Amino acid sequence: MSGMVISAAAPLVNVGALKDTTLLNMGIFALFVLVTMVIVFRASRNNKTAADYYAAGRSFTGSQNGTAIAGDYLSAASFLGITGAIAINGYDGFLYSIGFLVAWLVALLLVAELLRNTGKFTMADVLSFRLRQRPVRIAAALSTLAVCFFYLLAQMAGAGSLISLLLGISDWGGQALVIIVVGALMIMYVLIGGMKGTTWVQIIKAVLLICGAAVMTLWVLSIYGFNLSNLLGSAAEAANNPNVLNPGLQYGKTETSKLDFMSLGLALVLGTAALPHVLMRFYTVPTAKEARKSVVWSIWLIGLFYLFTLVLGYGAAALVGAETIKAAPGGVNSAAPLLAFHLGGPLLLGFISAVAFATILAVVAGLTITAAASFAHDIYANVLAKDKADAGTEVKVARRTVVVIGVLAILGGIFANGQNVAFLVALAFAVAASANLPTIVYSLFWRKFTTQGAVWSMYGGLAAAIVLIAFSPVVSGAKTSMIPGANFAIFPLSNPGIVSIPLAFFLGWLGTVLDKRREDPAKQAEMEVRSLTGVGAEKAVDH
Amino acid sequence: MGNEAQPADATQSVDFQQVQKTEQFRELRRRHRSFVFPMAVAFLLWYFGYVLLADYAVGLMSIKLWGNINVGLVLGLLQFATTFGITAWYVSYSNRRLDPIAAEIRGEIEGHEFDASATAASGRAAKGAQR
Repeated sequence: MSGMVISAAAPLVNVGALKDTTLLNMGIFALFVLVTMVIVFRASRNNKTAADYYAAGRSFTGSQNGTAIAGDYLSAASFLGITGAIAINGYDGFLYSIGFLVAWLVALLLVAELLRNTGKFTMADVLSFRLRQRPVRIAAALSTLAVCFFYLLAQMAGAGSLISLLLGISDWGGQALVIIVVGALMIMYVLIGGMKGTTWVQIIKAVLLICGAAVMTLWVLSIYGFNLSNLLGSAAEAANNPNVLNPGLQYGKTETSKLDFMSLGLALVLGTAALPHVLMRFYTVPTAKEARKSVVWSIWLIGLFYLFTLVLGYGAAALVGAETIKAAPGGVNSAAPLLAFHLGGPLLLGFISAVAFATILAVVAGLTITAAASFAHDIYANVLAKDKADAGTEVKVARRTVVVIGVLAILGGIFANGQNVAFLVALAFAVAASANLPTIVYSLFWRKFTTQGAVWSMYGGLAAAIVLIAFSPVVSGAKTSMIPGANFAIFPLSNPGIVSIPLAFFLGWLGTVLDKRREDPAKQAEMEVRSLTGVGAEKAVDH
Repeated sequence: MGNEAQPADATQSVDFQQVQKTEQFRELRRRHRSFVFPMAVAFLLWYFGYVLLADYAVGLMSIKLWGNINVGLVLGLLQFATTFGITAWYVSYSNRRLDPIAAEIRGEIEGHEFDASATAASGRAAKGAQR
């Protein structure tokens, strides 16, 4: 009702007009690809060793790496998803921003520096440092691959639905073609550029994304005389519901949904510091001090960006209107692009669309190199080849893995296209928090922790998270489920975190106290001394 | 560097258990843990307290303070403020209290003050796996 009043009063966004801007969108996107390709080629000239390929020669500064981390972390789910969630669900969307940001304190205080000091390329390096190599490395590599795979699927599926809005391609074949193009580009970046190329793509993307969001935020605020209260009032008026300013619109409906929100909050705050592609970024800097600086930079950038999303979300609610957003192709995810179109016309929309593409490309590249490193370094070099493979062979295996993962992501993306993207992202966070975090924390801080504890915790957490999701309403039993026809949803919550994370912590403790084997105290001493002092840590590669 | 040529590493023959027992290292560990553990507990409690309020105390969160700015929004923005604040605090604490002592210990180890005797050094052969 109020939406109609608005449409009579103000010029409403004409969704049909979006198609006229397709050529412009493609032009801006092509320019981005061209510029980044040149940079990737230049950056890749010095890629010689495994440390070059996986860890960019450990030559990035803290501020560069911090910007790249922000580029890696602020995925399409953050930019389009949170803005849309605030535009539609009001305050409950803002809660995501807070969880995603506060989670970085876990990384800063407990994980980043200690991890940088004890590892080399992958998360498994740290977890298997003082435990038995093979079982721990395999478990860590498998959970890394699982998290990367679900995160990849989410990004590729997100690319599909984004395209329907931005390029006006709505048929299945056209979207599949775009997913193939995005996947092929991503394979090129990672094959040629390795970690260095990937990092530069992420830095450029983070700068573009944050600048674009800043411009839009200032623009929206200027419309309301830089008065946040006026903006909020206008959003509540447009929604014809004062409750968009209060919590509970989305999660406050039932006792189960309230519990679900707690579960999501737990997975978000504990998942970030256990995401393998975020952890791997800490190895691209020369020292632990630079790793600390990276996290500080990324906390400021990410925090700033999430403050922008608050204004953008309510701005989209006030200026575009929830009804228009929901009706547009791409649905909730179209809030940010539609707001850009309302504010700056086709040019700003083209810019924001290109940034959204770049976002998906950069995040997918980061995930791919993490998964490839984990397979080549942990499974191939350390387990299959039993440390006998030389670095050249290992990098060759990593490059082949990139192609395989790229093809899998393209296929998965085509089939997951149109699926519930939030489901896949939440699963990735919950799997990371359940399978990885307990073992990371125990092995860094608990002297008595053993191999059996690590293996129980990782496999137990991984299995619990995946099984609970499979039997949750996200997969079956509800209208919005992946398989709406069937009903085997025995588990009532859509996020498994509240069960699987405490379970994984418990299993890590139980496995340790029941373990008859003791770990080598010399290795424990070495890990503790190295983690706190940084002695003998992997140094930057000089060229 | 894994399977690459091993760069000269001053830690090849260090007795880390001896380092671990020194008063200096224990002081470093105490300073690190006495900061990060209470801080981690504090921010997690504050975060979950906030989530619980948003979840179960909607009435309180909806009270308007100035214009359309309500308690929920102010508490949410305070979460941002405390995150930035703890970050800045940790950086200054590390620079003052952790980095100097860590550098000192690192210097001593690299200066071969903790090199093990021949018998202890043989046990370090197994270490090649992850180096």
